Formats: sequence, C-alpha cells, structure tokens
Amino acid sequence: MDISVPLFLTSGLFLGWTLGANHLANVFGTAIGTRMISWATAAVTCAIFVALGAVISGAGPSATLGKLGAVNAIGGAFTVALAAAIVMFWMTRLGLPVPTTQAIVGAIIGWNVFTASVTDPQTLTEIVLAWIAGPVIAAVVAILLLKVMAGVKRCYRPHLLRADAYTRIGLWVAGAFGAYSLGANNIANVMGVFVPVTPFSSFSVGNLFSLSPVELLFLLGGIAIAVGVLTYSRRVVHTIGSELLDMSPLAAWIIVMAHSIVLFIFSSEGLEHLLASRGLPTLPLVPMSSSVVVIGAVIGIGLYHSGRQIRWRSLGRIGLAWLISPILAGMICFVGLFVMQNLFLVPVYQQVSFAITPPVEKRMAAAGLPMAPLADLGEKTFRSAVAFRDAIRQKVRLTEEQESEVLRLAEVSPIHFEPEKVATIAIPWLTPAQQNAVRDLSGKLFPAKWAVAEALAGLSAEWKLRPDTKINKLHNRQIEEGLALIYQTFGVHRPAPAPAPGACPCTPETAPRQKEQGG
Amino acid sequence: MALSRKTALFGRTRALERQIEEFLDSVSEAGLLFLRALKIYMSDGVSEEFDETLRDVAETESRADELRRSVEAQLYEQTLIPDLRADVLSLLEHMDRLTGIFQNNCYRFSIEKPDIPEHFKRDFISLGETAVICSDSLVMAARAFFRNIEAVRDHNHKVIFYETEADKICTKLKTAIFDSDLPLERKLHLRYFTERVDEAANAAEDVADELAIFTIKRSL
Repeated sequence: MDISVPLFLTSGLFLGWTLGANHLANVFGTAIGTRMISWATAAVTCAIFVALGAVISGAGPSATLGKLGAVNAIGGAFTVALAAAIVMFWMTRLGLPVPTTQAIVGAIIGWNVFTASVTDPQTLTEIVLAWIAGPVIAAVVAILLLKVMAGVKRCYRPHLLRADAYTRIGLWVAGAFGAYSLGANNIANVMGVFVPVTPFSSFSVGNLFSLSPVELLFLLGGIAIAVGVLTYSRRVVHTIGSELLDMSPLAAWIIVMAHSIVLFIFSSEGLEHLLASRGLPTLPLVPMSSSVVVIGAVIGIGLYHSGRQIRWRSLGRIGLAWLISPILAGMICFVGLFVMQNLFLVPVYQQVSFAITPPVEKRMAAAGLPMAPLADLGEKTFRSAVAFRDAIRQKVRLTEEQESEVLRLAEVSPIHFEPEKVATIAIPWLTPAQQNAVRDLSGKLFPAKWAVAEALAGLSAEWKLRPDTKINKLHNRQIEEGLALIYQTFGVHRPAPAPAPGACPCTPETAPRQKEQGG
Repeated sequence: MALSRKTALFGRTRALERQIEEFLDSVSEAGLLFLRALKIYMSDGVSEEFDETLRDVAETESRADELRRSVEAQLYEQTLIPDLRADVLSLLEHMDRLTGIFQNNCYRFSIEKPDIPEHFKRDFISLGETAVICSDSLVMAARAFFRNIEAVRDHNHKVIFYETEADKICTKLKTAIFDSDLPLERKLHLRYFTERVDEAANAAEDVADELAIFTIKRSL
C-alpha cells in the first residue's frame, strides 16, 4: 500500500467531518429549533443513520464524483477535497449552511484553471440555476404543503397533544430518512475519489457479516460525517432552526418534508425514468442542493405568514455565503495546488495532451464534425485542453457540443488494462457482464477513453450507450459513471512535466506530435 | 396487532389528554356544585345538604389541583408541546383559580353566614347562574383550544357576553342593597358577597382574553 494514500485520505475525512457538521441542520435543524427533538437525540440519530446510509446504500459514483474523476492525480484530489473542506469548515464556524457540492465544484474549477483544463460551462450554469430554482421550488412546495396540512387539521381536528406526538414522530422519521440519504448520497463526495486506491482489505466477523474494502472505506467516511454531526453541528442548526424564522413544530415538519419532496421530485433520475418508462409526462430535473432547498422552504413558510417574521439580515448572510463559497474554494484550491506542486513536489495532475491522430480524424468524420478546417492541427500535440480549444477556435467556430466532442475524441489518455490489476479488480457497481468485458481486455493498451468505451460496448451490450432519451438517461449515466471508474483505475499515469520554479501549467503549450500506440 | 401498537405508542399521550379533559370537567363541576350550594343556602341556610355540597366542591377543587400538577409535571418531563407549553400551563393555572373561587365562596357562605333578605335572593341566584354559565363557556373555549381552535372564538364570545350580564346583575343588586333600609354593616356585607359571586365571571373573562392571545399564537 502506498504510504501516501492514508495521508491523502485525511482530506476526505476532514471534508466528511465538515459535511456532517454543516448538514445536520438540513435534516434536524427545524426539529431542534422548535425544541421538538433534543440536539442529543437528533445528533445520535443522524450519526447512526448517516453511517448506515453510507455503508448500505452508499451510492455509486455520483455526478460530483464524475466531475472529480477529472482530477486525475491523488495529490490533486487531496487538494480539491481539502480546499472544499476548509471552506465548509469556515462556513460552519460562521453558522452558515452551504452546499458541499458547490464547494467541491468550486475547488474543481480551481483545479481546472491550475491545470489549464476546460471547465464545462454547464456546471457553472447548474450552480447558478440551483441558487435560484432550488429556493423558489422549495418555497412553493412548502406553502402548498402548509395549505394541505391546514385542511387536514381542519377535517381531522386532532387533540393538541396528539398533534404534537404525530409531529414529533414525523420529524424524527423524516430526519432519520434525511440522514440516511445524506450518508448515501454524499459519501461519494467524501470518499468516492479514494475508491480505486482504497488502503483496506476485506473485513469479516466470523459468519456474521463481512465488509468489502469499499464498504470499509465508506464506513470510515460515514463515521467522519457522524463525528462532524456529533461534535460541531450546533451553530448551523441554530441558524436554520431558530435564527431565520420563529416557527411552529408543524412548520418545522413541513420544511423537512418539503425538502425531501423537492429533492425527490426534481432531482431524482430514478423517478424520471419510472415516469418516462410508463409513458407518463416527466418533470424537469433541476440541480438541487439540500442546504439551498431547506432555506427555500423556510422562506416559503415565512412568506406565507406575511414575511415580516423572516430575518432578512441572516438570509442575506447565507446568500453571500453561497456566492462566495465556490469562488473561495476555487481560489484556495489553486493556491493549494501551487504549494503542493512547487513546495512539496507532489504531482497534482496527470499530463493530458490533445492530438488529432488519424484514428481520431476517422472518428471525428464519422461523427459528422467538420474536418477540413482542423486539418492543420493534425501536426501538433497540445499539452493542455485550453491550448487545444483555443487552437480550434482560431480555425473554426463550433457549437459548444461539437467543441466538447472534439475535445473528448482528441484527448490522449492511454489506458492499459494491466493483467495483474484486471485480475484483482472488484468494482462493486459493475454488473458481472460488465466485469467480464473488462477482463476480456486484459493486457490491452488503448490510446484514448473513447476507444475503451467502444471496445467495451463491442464486448458487452451492458456497456452500450442507448439513444439519448429520457428513458435511457439513467442507463447511460450508469454506463458513463462505470466508464469513469475504469478510466480512473486503468489510466496510465503520466506525471506532469516538472514545473519551472513558481510556475503553473496554465500557459498554453504545444509540441510536435508523439506517436501513440494503438489499442 | 397494529392497533395495539398504536395504542402503546400514543398511550401516554392519550392518558395525558384524558387528564386535561378531567381537569376541565372538574372546573365545570366546581361551578355547578357552587350553584347548587348557593341555591341550598338561599332556601335552607347552612344545612346538612349545604355542608355535603361544600365537601363535594372541596373534593372537586383538590382533584383539579392534583390533575393540574400532574399535567404540568408531564408536560415538562416529556418536553411536550414545547412551543405552547407555557401558554397551556398558564391556561390550566388560571382555570384552576376558578375552582378556587367557587370553593372559597362556598366556605364564605358557610363561615360568614350572610343574612340575605328574601327579596335579594332571586338576584343572588341569578348572579350565581350567570357566573357559572360564564365559567362553563370558558371551559368549552378551553376544550376547543385543545381540539378545534376555530371554535375558541365562538365560546370566548359567550364568556364576554355572560360576564357583561353578570356585571349588570351585580350593579343592579348592589344598587338595590344600598337603596334599601338595611343597616350599613349589612349593606357592606351583602355588597362583599355580591362581588365575590361575580368574581368567577370576571376571572373567566380574564382567562378568555388570555386564551384569545394563545389562539392567535397557535394559528400562526
């Protein structure tokens, strides 16, 4: 085992700790704020269910992991996670709820800038959209739910104490579910990047139960989140639970429910797939974040009661925190990468070059991309995505999609299915057929990711992408995520060129094309 | 099976609900017993039947006290209705004062034995009846606060109406007492009793005002 791996793991654990400290408020904040559930009960429940969610339903590689997958060196992943964790910790200290995903994405953009990689403009759009759409939708859902509950109360007329008991149980159950999904959905943010380099081996207690290395890794991440919940979550809980708005226990329950409903309806690809597969109309999927949605629901309840109770000053602080946390994470990450690379001489990225080789030309032509204006570029190898993109832009004006496709195809990313690695590989999210296809590639070397994807698709239908429709979205996403893991696991690590003192690789460079081996 | 689990789950809550209902029953019962005692006193003075009713009022008052203490303890110990606990405790305490007023009035009649002229007796009974209806309306408002918040306003309205009626009867009675040829010490004694009987209606109105605020807070 590489001795540096446990060291690098600490940034993931730190991120997990801050995530727990910041996110207890999302699931139990209103319950604690209204004194329906004590902080100790909420924290212990949350800690247990977070850990269970992480180990039992620890999601496969999430969308964020897909983005993290671009961070192609463990030193870089360490810095990205650390930058996000520092921002999260600072915000938690200030008692401000902030979305973890946005801090991570901000840090990844920092990495992209440092390594002259291209940032997907859609990611930026998603962040801004989540800031606006999340609170609005959550507020509307909370108000609707409030009206429904008022009707239910009028019809059923429960005794004050009975209503209190129902609300208390409802808050606890909703909080426990929320904590479970917090662990399940966020463990990939915390530990996903370390899956291919997990330092653990299987662990079993007699015939009672056994944990795979990945489950152990997730358990560790879950414990980190749980420790964060137990040790440092009071400030953010106070902000959501009582600082923004004085609310009734029923309103507290409505906020938690609105949070879960919005996340389920507007962020669930599973639900979209279910509706689409039954020929039912689907709702648009909007990128949502737990913290943003909870704040939106609180505002909704406040506005329903004329809005005078909302403490707008606190709300303004939270809005400012959402705005600056990705920017700050990006800046910290950039500086961190600079220090890691130049002071500690730790490689923070793998060299990724771009070249339009003959196979690429052929593939581009098949995809209907305009080849004639790009013919000159076939002579050169570009050492950064930004340099390659700028060179394309000088030659021809492509649509955003076409540009992404050219970048994808021209990326020189050798992937070697080393027999020893193939023999021991155990990626838990791959189907047996998918794993068999990977085994069939043992010993082969591919010049690019797309070549691997095509080879795997040729070997197994379970690696084949389907036409881009709503019904196929989930299937295609699972395949893309599986491929990202394959690239990450079998990618040939070529360290970045030694930097000049004080340099970062963001300067465009070109070099004569090197000959690639065929796969 | 499911039903028994549900019963167990909400068993403590149901028991507490029952205690609150019993407490409100006690308040209502204390008023009715006071009215009975008043009528007996007006017809027979401090008789055996009066003493028996006085004992019933005292028992009802102490049962109401016990129930209130038990409910208060459980609300605190089980940290129930945290947002409304203070309001509910205040409501129960102030309603318990009503049972105290009814009991104390019975004792006053028993100890001081006011000599009430025949032509004032009807007004005294009428004042007592109005005060008891007023306190009964408050009991209904309090029940509605726990179960049907929209109805609180209707019952509160009745409390205010009967309190005004009681005030009218009280003023009329006091005027008649002081217009009479009775000696001043008897006039003062009768005025004192008139005000004590009316006290229950005044106390009920104070609680109704408080309840109106609690209701607004609860509906927010």
